[in-house]
Amino acid sequence: METVVSIKPLLASLVSLAAVVPIVLSGKRPNLREAWTFGAGLVKLALVASMLPVVLAGNQIEYTLWQFLPGVAIAFRVDAMGLLFALVSSTLWIATSAYSIGYMRGLDEHSQTRYFAFFAVALSSTIGVAFAANLFTLYIFYELLSLATYPLVTHHQDEEARRSGRKYLTFILGTSIGLVLPAMLIVYSLTGTLDFNQPGLLAGAPSKAVVVVLLLMLVLGFAKAGIMPMHAWLPAAMVAPTPVSALLHAVAVVKVGVFSIFRVLTGVFGVHLLRSLDLGNLVAVLASVTILTASLIALSQDGLKRRLAFSTIGQLSYIVLGAALLTPKGMTGGLLHIAMHAFGKITLFFCAGAIFVATGRKNISEMVGIGRRMPVTMTAFLIGAMSVIGIPPTGGFISKWYLVLGTLEAHQIPLLVVLLSSSLLNAAYFMPVFYRAFFCTPEESQFEAGVVAEAPIWCVVPLVFSACCSVALFFYPQPFLHLAELAVQHILGG
Amino acid sequence: MIAPEQYPVLIVTVPLLSAFLINLIGMVDKRLCYPASLLALGASLAAALAVAARVAATGTIHYHVGNWPPPFGIEYVIDHLNALVLVVVAGVALVAAIASKRSVEQDFPDKRAQFYTLFVLLTTGLLGMTITGDAFNLYVLMEISALTNYSLIAMGGNRALVGGFNYIIIGTIGACFYLLGVGHLYIMTGSLNMADLLQLLPALFHTKAVLVGAILMLLGAWIKMAFFPLHGWLPNAYTYAPSATSTLVAPLMTKVSVYIMIRVLFSVFGAYYVFTVLPVKGLVVWLAVAAIVGGSIFALAQQDFKRMLTYLIVAEVGYMVGGVWLANQWGITGAILHIVNDAVMTLCLFLFCGIVVHKTRGHRLENLRGLFRRMPVTMAAFAVGALSMIGVPPTAGFFSKWYLILGGIDAHQWGFVAALLFSSLVNAVLFFRVFEIAYFEPAEEVHGHGAAVAIDEAPLSMLLPLVAVAIGLIVLGLYSTSLVSTFIQYAVPAGI
Repeated sequence: METVVSIKPLLASLVSLAAVVPIVLSGKRPNLREAWTFGAGLVKLALVASMLPVVLAGNQIEYTLWQFLPGVAIAFRVDAMGLLFALVSSTLWIATSAYSIGYMRGLDEHSQTRYFAFFAVALSSTIGVAFAANLFTLYIFYELLSLATYPLVTHHQDEEARRSGRKYLTFILGTSIGLVLPAMLIVYSLTGTLDFNQPGLLAGAPSKAVVVVLLLMLVLGFAKAGIMPMHAWLPAAMVAPTPVSALLHAVAVVKVGVFSIFRVLTGVFGVHLLRSLDLGNLVAVLASVTILTASLIALSQDGLKRRLAFSTIGQLSYIVLGAALLTPKGMTGGLLHIAMHAFGKITLFFCAGAIFVATGRKNISEMVGIGRRMPVTMTAFLIGAMSVIGIPPTGGFISKWYLVLGTLEAHQIPLLVVLLSSSLLNAAYFMPVFYRAFFCTPEESQFEAGVVAEAPIWCVVPLVFSACCSVALFFYPQPFLHLAELAVQHILGG
Repeated sequence: MIAPEQYPVLIVTVPLLSAFLINLIGMVDKRLCYPASLLALGASLAAALAVAARVAATGTIHYHVGNWPPPFGIEYVIDHLNALVLVVVAGVALVAAIASKRSVEQDFPDKRAQFYTLFVLLTTGLLGMTITGDAFNLYVLMEISALTNYSLIAMGGNRALVGGFNYIIIGTIGACFYLLGVGHLYIMTGSLNMADLLQLLPALFHTKAVLVGAILMLLGAWIKMAFFPLHGWLPNAYTYAPSATSTLVAPLMTKVSVYIMIRVLFSVFGAYYVFTVLPVKGLVVWLAVAAIVGGSIFALAQQDFKRMLTYLIVAEVGYMVGGVWLANQWGITGAILHIVNDAVMTLCLFLFCGIVVHKTRGHRLENLRGLFRRMPVTMAAFAVGALSMIGVPPTAGFFSKWYLILGGIDAHQWGFVAALLFSSLVNAVLFFRVFEIAYFEPAEEVHGHGAAVAIDEAPLSMLLPLVAVAIGLIVLGLYSTSLVSTFIQYAVPAGI
């Protein structure tokens, strides 16, 4: 494996941050302003994609921006795992930007310039986390993301937004300052470095007690991953405009959380250490409890976005579970699920937003018969739901397949049961939505018969795109599968 | 042309003499006082920068005032520690002076000459305390800065008079303690020169007189820096002081006092005496924990924005005192770095507070309503200062906290580590409460959701310093390693 030095990862992160200036300056001309967002999005995607061949060839790209202390620097390293995440985020940012135009203009929202500006900052931070070479860099971008998303979550600036924003910050900032920061400093104090490496920073570990404490601090500290009991911010954050929920609370923010946990488990603790101390199970139990509880709560939610939020909480823990299995197939499945869940869940959020724009309805009980009114949207919804449940022919099937194989590899039959029963629960909370949308008598329908009225085209195209991607990923899971396998190969050392 | 060897004395004499000139100029034309003080402080800053550069290049500078050799004459000693503090003091004073224009015109247009005379004299006192290598000379300058400070605070009128009077009493007691301590040392050694004392004292370490002297000097410094629970004078004095005064004294007074504590500990008594002979190491760290926790909790209880900031100063003093008494490399590095960072952060917050007072005629939390719309640039700059107080990277506040926490972990002082994290969280609560008020609550005259509000930014003479300081906080954060490797690592006593 070779290491290439290139400034590309830095540029990929900064391009959207740089775009904030023209976005703010062209605030009076919305079309030009959105053009900047698309421009930055395309450049970002191009930069990320241009690193793909190098990484697929088994190499890494490194760039050190700023050295603070020995072992502490703002440094970037592009490996298969980071690239997988960056690829997902930068692709979906473009889709979400298009969707944002439809949604924000459709609802005539205020302060759109601020909205697009902070969106760009959030994406900068996301890519920064994906390419972070050490815990310090990861932490900086993680914090930046928390702050950049606050104005997005509280966009409506009303009393509800204020309350939710407070909850959001309490959980996200409280855990990052209260748990991750001290854990990071303890790791630094023990090892003198924060670089993610193989077989893991703490490989020559001091004692099991210290490792357990650090593990809990870091796994629970990255509250963006939504592991219970650190999940309560996510349903609250649904007060945000739907594109924010779609990209940030199904892809960027929450996946930054699970990605950080994945990085920490493999790069700080190391698979061998966790195996030898038998700590994978500890994380797996946390994740399993979250998966089942969140799915059960989702069943009882009438607000469509809230149901999606609880579904997200459950699905995020699939990824953590994959990491905690510590087996090749399990970890591959976990990493793949970052991508597969992203495409599926963003479709679902897009649909929820499209329904809101077109009809103003938020609750599932008010959506009887909506399938006739918005057939394209609801078909996309079905595809997204299938992907999240894990039914072929959608991408979600592949990641779940690997996860299931992983549990068998690890001889963890209880975890296999968790995964399968969660899939049933997923079906139980998604299928009624679809069923009611299409299968009802004209009398039951809450919509006028024979009228087809979809959301604005800017809303519909992105959701069709992401639904198509979900299907396409079943047939062509490359390059994500390849990246995930490469990453796991690297983590397990050969 | 003045030879570079003479720069050290210029740092102090230029503002000292200018202070009197400013008073005279004021009799001719009041409007000239402002530029004259900027000139004086600018010259002082330039000299301080030149001296700091020389210290960085060649090491400690000894300057004999009036060419009298120590230990008989007064000696200025500029090493890596006070070179840094001198630049901070001169720099903060200059920025505070620049921003003071509108506040002074608004608050006391007829007393401009008096204000700027005292302002520059106070800065002189702070610079003198920092530069001197003589324990008694330090006392004299401590009084100069204290007396000018009392008057500057009292210019706020009414409640400031009471706060200022309170401060006189407590401050004088503090100075007396310090003087008594110096007296003890003088009786025992016959010397007032710090370097001389450092040589003479080890033979006397076993005596009660030196012990009492050390404790008195320490108490004096603690009262002056408002170290919890000796902080009672600070909140009232700083809250009711006029904006232009608090912008200068809030960032500097406590920080210079912390510097004096470090100076007395390591340059008079030496690290061995302080950490090994004095039986107070653990106790002081716990006092610092109390300061941090207490200051934070009091800050939470305030409905007045400026008063909240004053309690944060009390908490921050705990950071620095605790850091020093961790007695390890990381802790002392963090404490010294925090002197710099905290001075700049506090300056940022008080500059913002000055703008709020100037624009809304008050400094209660409700005065902040709707400010994000009304003054977006001001609020953005304030946000940087607030994030630095919380300790969000890459702002300066994160890095000193980084060193301090590492020091706490290294010294196994888990109480201190927990207190620092607690204070970060409380700061997050405090400042996001402020953000909420400024972001969600519309100003009274505005009604309706998202109504257009005319942008009404602060005057440039206030806005530019604020923005510059906010940018400075990020630059300082990015360069904190250079600061440590160029200055601070040499200031940490060897062999601990």
